Formats: sequence, C-alpha cells, structure tokens
Amino acid sequence: MNGDVRSPEDRLSVGPDGRAWEEQPKWRRDFPIDRPRDEYIARRDFTKFLVLVSAGLAAGQVWIVLDDLLGRRPAVPPVRPVAPLAEIPIGGVLNFSYPGPGDEAVLVRLGEDRLVAYDRACTHLLCPVIAEPARGRLHCPCHNGNFDLETGRPVSGPPERPLPRIVLDVRDGVVYATGIERRTT
Amino acid sequence: MPVPERNEFFIDPNRCIGCNACVSACMECDTHRGYSMIQLDFIDRARSPQTVPVVCMHCDSPTCAEVCPADAIKRTGDGVVQTASKPRCIACNNCVLACPFGIPKMHSEANLMMKCDMCYDRTSVGKKPMCASVCPSGALWFGTMEEIRRLRPRSRPVRTFRFGNQTITTKVWMMVPVDAPVDRVDVTDAMHEPTVGRSDAAADALLSGLWTAEGA
Repeated sequence: MNGDVRSPEDRLSVGPDGRAWEEQPKWRRDFPIDRPRDEYIARRDFTKFLVLVSAGLAAGQVWIVLDDLLGRRPAVPPVRPVAPLAEIPIGGVLNFSYPGPGDEAVLVRLGEDRLVAYDRACTHLLCPVIAEPARGRLHCPCHNGNFDLETGRPVSGPPERPLPRIVLDVRDGVVYATGIERRTT
Repeated sequence: MPVPERNEFFIDPNRCIGCNACVSACMECDTHRGYSMIQLDFIDRARSPQTVPVVCMHCDSPTCAEVCPADAIKRTGDGVVQTASKPRCIACNNCVLACPFGIPKMHSEANLMMKCDMCYDRTSVGKKPMCASVCPSGALWFGTMEEIRRLRPRSRPVRTFRFGNQTITTKVWMMVPVDAPVDRVDVTDAMHEPTVGRSDAAADALLSGLWTAEGA
C-alpha cells in the first residue's frame, strides 16, 4: 500500500481513557475527531437513513390524503354581508374578513357593477397583499410580487398561483360574500 | 492531500536562540496574515534567556477536540489537528483553556479558534512548514527520522508528555539529550511560576501544605 494513502480506519485518535474505538461510548463514535471517520458513512447507516426518510415521506402522503378525506370543513361556505354597495365608491378598496374572522380579504369596486374580492394572503409566503386600483394591481410588498386586479393572477415577482377569489353577490343593495374559489392556475 | 508519512516535525529547544524568526514567518502566511500561530516561551526568564518555540504537537488524543462542544476541531487522516471549522466554531474558548500546550488561539474579531496546523498547505505538498524553513539554528526541524538521527547523534526524539495525570502522545517529536534518563516530558515542569526569592523546595512544601489543608 502507498505510504501516503490511509484508509478511514487508519491513525484513529485515541480516546482519553485509552480504550479501543469499538469500546468507546456511542456519543464519541457518533462524533469522531478524525475527519476520515467523520466523513465515512456506512452502507447500513445510509440505508437506515434512506428507509426512515422514505417511510416519513410516505406517511406524510397518507396523512395528507386522510386529512383531505376525513377533515371536517364547512361544506357550504358562509354567507356574510360585507358592506352596503352605496358606501363603496368606484375605485374604492375595502378590507374585510372572510370566511373566518382572521381571514383577511380585500374588495375593490372596479366599476358601477363590477366588484372583485380576493383573499389577501399572498400565494408566495402569505404576506397580506395591498390593492392598488390606480395601477390595476394587487401588490405584495414583501418580495415585490404583483397580481392582476381584474383576475387575481400573478403578473410579476415570486408568486406563481393566483389569489383565491371571493365570490360576491349583491342583494338589495348590500354586498355579500358567498363563497371562496381556490384556484391553482 | 495528506502530509507524507516520512516527514516528521522535530522541536529541539536546546537549539532555540529566541530570534523570533519562526513567529515572523508564521505571520507571513496568507491563511492567517498578521497573526502568528507560534509563540516563543521563556522557560524561566529571571534566570535564563532560554526560549522554546511552541507549535501544535498534534496529539493522538487531541484535548482541544475532545472538549469542543461544537465538534469543530477535526484531525485529518495523517494525524494533523486542524484549525476549527469556521461554520462550526462558536468561539467558546474551551480548547484554548484545555490544551496542555496552550496552542489554540481565539481570533476574537472572526469569532474563530485558529491554531498551528503544521502549515498544512505546505507540508501536504512536501514542503517544510514556514517556521522550520526559516529557523536558523534548527530548533524547529522538518524531515525524516533517519536524517535527524544522522545529523544529531547526541539527541533523541521523544513524543510522550505528561500533564498532571494525563499522558499525551503526539505526532510532533521533542528532542532530548541522548543520555537523559527521561522517557516522557513533563509539561507542567515548564509552567512553574518564577521562583525568584524562594527555593523550589519551599514552593513545593507550600503547595503540598495547601493541598493537605484542602483535603482534610
């Protein structure tokens, strides 16, 4: 064997108690001082890691499916009054909560009878978006993401999915939120 | 690339003339420019101008690495204990306090422990460490065992040290007189406070008295 080349087992540092490597406590064997030993990954350890991670991922998938099938969700979205239509000027912006009290939403009156409303959570990292009707966009200041005001689809920046749209209905001069439409494209 | 096995590092304190060339050469290195990883220690400054250059001894059981809570100090396969790895070192100073030879140095501006790594960039490609390449008296010497035996027949290399109850075997050799009846070097012998104005016996009696009083 070439004198300059050593195998990972070579020239192991000696524990302070002087005992052999195999007799050292597990914590010492887990954190070896020697770099070759530290970088050495046994096939068995690697296989264990692979199996455990794969099992975790598989269990996660099953969890997601079960959660989707069994999770209790309101089948019918609530119908909530937002504001009287007369109180919203054309080009006006109104922040409200829908469907729950903590779910921020924004309503914009684009024209006489054109109303749009979106969930405010940016589809990138959930920062609340700000409606800017003058520039025809919903702007997320966190990472400079922009959504089209008319459709809620991403225009520029990191977001790739459109904002969930809130279905609106005007009954007797009052705007009601009646549903939420989650879209993927 | 590992340091070739045939090349070994020898410290010969007898030959040290205290010129500080090794310290300056160490500071020239680009990996730690301006900071020397060597210090020149006086044995007993009041009595003698004798100095000894202190480089990392690269222990078989590196105490610095044993006490590192961040697993930052590693030894390469050729037995060289390397500087703490930058992403891991937490600048806790454990190694600085624990090393029997006082080698690791805390570089507080970088929050990183840096230590003598036997000029790994040089020795791993067959060159001498900076300090050994400039030492005018050969107190720091890098080469093969056969060569040093031939060149210095009146000295022999020893690499077992004693620090309290700890026995340390190192990669770096210390030269002792060939007829000296020592098989190990006691590190603490060089760490006594200067004994000006009182005899060693008095100091030892005082210390043992203290220990007895504590133990009682």
